[in-house]
Amino acid sequence: MLSRRSFLESLGGGLLVLWTLDEQLNGQESGGSHRHGDDERLPQDVAAWLHLSREGVVTVFTGKAEVGQNIRTSLTQAVADELRVQPAAVRLVMGDTARTPWDMGTFGSRTTPQMAPQLRKMAVMMREQLIIVAAQDWHIPPSSVAVRNGSIVDLKSGREKTYGSLASTVDWTKIVGTDGKLSAASDWQCAGKSLPKINASDFVTGKHKFSSDMRRPNMLYGRVLRPAAFNAKLATIDTSAAERMAGVTVVRDADFVGVAAENEWAADQALRRITAKWDERKQISSNELFSFLKANPEEATERSNDRPPAAGGKEMASTYTVAYIAHVPLEPRAAVAEWDADSLTVWTGTQRPFGVRSDLAQAFHLPENRIRVIVPDTGSAYGGKHTGECAMEAARLAKGAGRPVKVVWSREEEFTWAYFRPAGVIEVESVVADDGTIQSWKFDNYNSGPSGLDSPYKLSWTSTRFHETRYPLRQGSYRGLAATANHFARESHIDEIAAALGMDPLAFRLKNLKEDRVRAVLEAAANKFEWSSSKRARGHGYGLACGMEKGSFFACAAEVSVSPERKVRVERVVEAFECGAIVNPEHLQNQVEGAILMGLGGALSEAIRFADGRILNARLSEYPVPRFSDAPAIECVLLDRKDLPSAGAGETPIMGVAPAIANALFQATGVRVRSMPIAPAFGSSNV
Amino acid sequence: MELRVNGHPVTVHAEPDRLLLFVLRNDLDLTGTKYGCGEGQCGACTVLLDGSPVRSCQIKIGAVAGKKVTTIEGVCRGDELHPLQKAFIECDAMQCGYCTPGMIISGIALLEKTAKPSNAQIKEALQGNICRCGTYNRIVAAVNLAATHGEKNHA
Ligand code: FES
Ligand code: FES
Repeated sequence: MLSRRSFLESLGGGLLVLWTLDEQLNGQESGGSHRHGDDERLPQDVAAWLHLSREGVVTVFTGKAEVGQNIRTSLTQAVADELRVQPAAVRLVMGDTARTPWDMGTFGSRTTPQMAPQLRKMAVMMREQLIIVAAQDWHIPPSSVAVRNGSIVDLKSGREKTYGSLASTVDWTKIVGTDGKLSAASDWQCAGKSLPKINASDFVTGKHKFSSDMRRPNMLYGRVLRPAAFNAKLATIDTSAAERMAGVTVVRDADFVGVAAENEWAADQALRRITAKWDERKQISSNELFSFLKANPEEATERSNDRPPAAGGKEMASTYTVAYIAHVPLEPRAAVAEWDADSLTVWTGTQRPFGVRSDLAQAFHLPENRIRVIVPDTGSAYGGKHTGECAMEAARLAKGAGRPVKVVWSREEEFTWAYFRPAGVIEVESVVADDGTIQSWKFDNYNSGPSGLDSPYKLSWTSTRFHETRYPLRQGSYRGLAATANHFARESHIDEIAAALGMDPLAFRLKNLKEDRVRAVLEAAANKFEWSSSKRARGHGYGLACGMEKGSFFACAAEVSVSPERKVRVERVVEAFECGAIVNPEHLQNQVEGAILMGLGGALSEAIRFADGRILNARLSEYPVPRFSDAPAIECVLLDRKDLPSAGAGETPIMGVAPAIANALFQATGVRVRSMPIAPAFGSSNV
Repeated sequence: MELRVNGHPVTVHAEPDRLLLFVLRNDLDLTGTKYGCGEGQCGACTVLLDGSPVRSCQIKIGAVAGKKVTTIEGVCRGDELHPLQKAFIECDAMQCGYCTPGMIISGIALLEKTAKPSNAQIKEALQGNICRCGTYNRIVAAVNLAATHGEKNHA
């Protein structure tokens, strides 16, 4: 296999391009700034990552955040595996800047390929050290002991020492190394199996404390005054009525105005008594969005190979658009902030606890070690919680009020003042020979982003460009980033070519695919779906899409129906997915199913409407997300490649949903929809 | 004002306009009931009011005086989980778990009325509850599983 570097060199695009693209990708993934520095190198000593108690309990420290992707479970499995202990003996401390090693953030499907091996390595070092000290104690060579379920066993005599009894004999800060040999996936004992969600009982009983559930002694409830529109400037304000209310603190700092009160109701009342005037400026609306993006390019990065396009063949050109959409995490942004003299502690649901810590440090002119950010397991994020607005607001209010303050964003605030998945325009031009080989492929993405641009198809000539443009709304990361948009365009266009040639969409893909792992999932999905033998009912259509991103591979087959009233419904989805060695089959399947449901919303109906710097549909009643009645029958085929390293799986399974649906709708109706969301093209009964 | 919450008499001192959801969460520290939208759209705030599922974000505390409120904290049977709670774990019917309390309360309300609901009845009863993580099919399976357990218990 070609490395990424040689792959790009072979395309003649040059390394400069590679780095530019990767940096953009990272910049987008982290929702803005990300930092490098000596203090941010991974510590190499065991003590930074693992603690072993006298009772034999292993505590693991990781800066990653649990947001529903179940890494608390999968990382537990990794550590239990290498230490040869039961998962019940492992506890995870996650996303706590005072206790866990620095971490860039929980995004980009990196936990499984990067954090799991890191923790495994530390667990191997701990295990090997325990073997050494036990063997020394017994005056026998390490080769004559074994580890078994949290104990070291003398193979000859059968005597045992528990891990716990050896815990304090080692100074774990001195145990450093980089090259512990990790277990092969085929030898995994705990990973590879469906361990149930850790702490699941805390969620079904309501015991688990999300950030929004946190309570501190003497805590107040905060609300923040929002501008009338985006980019509005505060002109005049009168807070006197609110200030006169008993038990209310008004905090004002330039354009930041907020209140803190004894309960949420009093805070609401106080906020309502503040009168403010805002200077607004003219801003574009969602109706003009795509022409605006096209008309305002700023910079383009290009990857292309250097061979000229071959002459002849069928020429096709299509333009695809993708609307702004919102993450809608069911738990909105929430934070509790508490000051103790010059030290600040914040509980908040963010994917970047250390990033939020730096933001707070900057805002309050404090050294980072005065600030602690703690991320309780969070009510989902999907790439939408990279930032710490709410933490900042709670901290400002708490400072002003001299008491701990909780801020929970309303749904409307969450819809308005968070950030969106970037909208985009994607132009594809292709030339295909009569025998069905793709001669040239030109792909231009405006604004939506550069991820998922690698094509799994053989293309004789290709030019791929990502154009940064000016954009009207605050935009950032989202599950799968732009790979969803880019796959929507690519896989729709592939379908258009197949249709133009009169070829079966499956046969056309198989003919042109160059990536074997994509081929494997495509064949698996087509088999399960019974693609070749499927008889279409009237008003039904079948569609396919496949691709790859971040080391994992997917193929999605969808069956849709369109009623005589033109109501669109996705009836059935089969998704085949491969991400190397499977860590937890049940949780993987759950992620794939969840990604299909989330993908369905963006594919069919979700779109943010805006005008004059305001979001026009900032409520769930006006921005519908998939519900029970929308859930299709779902079948997953999970390919387990024990011979390959595990990749993350929280994002990639979303990418095929929209194009598979669009392709199925084309088959059902003959109408090719090139915009996401798709359903509005079929009429108002869908929105 | 007096009400019964999870079987216990409770006195709250709250402005009558305050919403049941926030009195439960902020005054009684029953934070299992969640805020998701505040407009009756997501079901995260579902509680039982005299046995019927309601959206606590839509109900003023003044309107529930003297009534019985059951929250997720009140559905365990002693130390034992309710069969639907167990079924949620068994079916892995959650990801982030934020919708879970509301789902379970809505599901319990259904099972009390209809011991062996069809899939269509389950989906209809839960249609007002959103799981943004998309675990809908698993939740349907969990309600089915609990219904089967319930049947066994009665046999
Ligand atoms: S918070 Fe009550 S229905 Fe959403
Ligand atoms: S599990 Fe996350 S919203 Fe349902």
